[in-house]
Amino acid sequence: MSAITTLNGSGELGNVKWTALSDCRALIGRHLRHLIRMPEKLVSATLMPMGFVVLFGLLFGSVISVSGGSYQEFIMAGIFTQVMMTCVPNTAIGTVEDLRNGLVDRFRSLPMNSAAVLVGRTAGDLALRAVTVLAMTAVGFAIGWRIETGFFAALGAYAVLLLFGFTMSWIGAVLGLVARSGEAAATMPSLLLMPLMFLSSAYIPTGGLPGWLQAIANWNPLSAVVNALRSLWGNPAATDASVFTVQYAVPLALGWMALILLVTVPVAVRRYRRAVAR
Amino acid sequence: MEFAIQAEGLRKAYGDHEALRGVDLAVEPGSVLGVLGPNGAGKTTIIRILSTLVEADAGYAKVAGLDVTQQPNAVRSRIGLTGQYAAVDERLTGRENLELIGTLHHLGRSEAKARAADLLDRLDLVESADKLSRTLSGGMRRRLDLAASLVADPVVIFLDEPTTGLDPVSRTVLWGMIREQVKRGVSVLLTTQYLDEADQLADRIAVVDSGQVIAEGSPDELKTKVGGERLHIRIAESADMPEIVGRISTATTATPLVAEDGCTVSIPVDTDFACVSTVAAALDGAPVEVREFAMRRPSLDDVFLALTKNSDEKERTVA
Repeated sequence: MSAITTLNGSGELGNVKWTALSDCRALIGRHLRHLIRMPEKLVSATLMPMGFVVLFGLLFGSVISVSGGSYQEFIMAGIFTQVMMTCVPNTAIGTVEDLRNGLVDRFRSLPMNSAAVLVGRTAGDLALRAVTVLAMTAVGFAIGWRIETGFFAALGAYAVLLLFGFTMSWIGAVLGLVARSGEAAATMPSLLLMPLMFLSSAYIPTGGLPGWLQAIANWNPLSAVVNALRSLWGNPAATDASVFTVQYAVPLALGWMALILLVTVPVAVRRYRRAVAR
Repeated sequence: MEFAIQAEGLRKAYGDHEALRGVDLAVEPGSVLGVLGPNGAGKTTIIRILSTLVEADAGYAKVAGLDVTQQPNAVRSRIGLTGQYAAVDERLTGRENLELIGTLHHLGRSEAKARAADLLDRLDLVESADKLSRTLSGGMRRRLDLAASLVADPVVIFLDEPTTGLDPVSRTVLWGMIREQVKRGVSVLLTTQYLDEADQLADRIAVVDSGQVIAEGSPDELKTKVGGERLHIRIAESADMPEIVGRISTATTATPLVAEDGCTVSIPVDTDFACVSTVAAALDGAPVEVREFAMRRPSLDDVFLALTKNSDEKERTVA
């Protein structure tokens, strides 16, 4: 079946992979153009996260203390992760928009790779988040955050962070295709993600929590990402470094994200293949 | 002969709602089929099945000689679709929109650029080519949308209510563009709620209601089906209608039909043109202000009302 559906216009089977790549490139280009055309989006994607860094770092930093370093150093991984979660509503709203104005119908009537539209959107949103991360890094350094490890470990942390944003975007794509309404797609994730956020190691050291809560917080997928970032940047850990979820934070984080992508990507593509504008 | 579009027994249900209940269609190459029907008749579902967006539950369809479920991608490279929405990316310019579509058709970068430039020129969009589509007027966007469906030189184009919501001038312009495509040998299936649009553009018309084709034929055939020419008499005051009807009845055996407004009455004339003069004579000297006295062929509106009224009645007798 797949051999038949990948027949291209000239009726030949060749170059399917190349055309899929060119489809993705064209649609990523579409989203990068969007970014340039929406300076207001760039501003909101940089100013607000920068504000978070200042607010959390300076305000909370003056009342909360962590062992093994300053709260500013501790909190940055948490703020980075929280900001990346905005990829969920962001991608969801964009996906709904494409459905609403009929663009999905048009794309689906083209002899193109059906995943390319979603890849374009999620990768485009990732590009926006990369700018966000740069801005936050600058402010973080200004308030006293430091990367204590080498160049490659630091780079690895940024890779984990962006992969996390990419993963969140695919969740957003699924939500957008299911909810089909911008508002629902934007509020649904926050209902789910807010408790997940506070029950993680993002803002608080988990060592002091009661046992059962500590177990939840440590095994929370968000904690895995936050812990991975802290370990790769050499920032203070949320709890004793010998705790399994801290010690193996990086493989845990990668595993969680791989798992989420393995579910969301096929679901989103399937949904997309059936989606039509209303 | 190979049809440009051929569909047999198409059925599609959304939950309990049967959108299509066995639709047969055939479009000859280089011709225009107008699919006419009220909202919810199933017009958009027909287009979605034929343009590979939705799979039919039953029946089969071929577009440009290719089966839509077996070879959707091959079908997609031969068709153009213009949906009900002006589906253009608002944050791209007209040129960028067309180049994107060309790239996604795998035309190659330079070919995509060349086609975009050519279409912008042909559809008179040059001045707005490098403006964001968001800033374009509704008519311009529709034109751009039509251009987008023409990028890959399709052999069949689908137009889903292409002029809904457009002002008369933009409508006429768009009609001209569609005719030009037909001249080039493109086959067109267009849905519309506007009878004059079908009358203007379509070689054949399929009237769709409640998921079924209830009539099919050329505009002339459909009009004849509903009846021949009628003599229409319009008066100023509906209070005078009994007087008029009475006088008509003395002049002809045909049954006068009073329209809902109460001010218009019509009589079938068919080939009995003598009755025109006898009716005129009968009205002569009546103390009634006659505003109009004219022969009319039935409009597609009449056709449509007559046909859908029949199917309503059938529906009721079935239920």
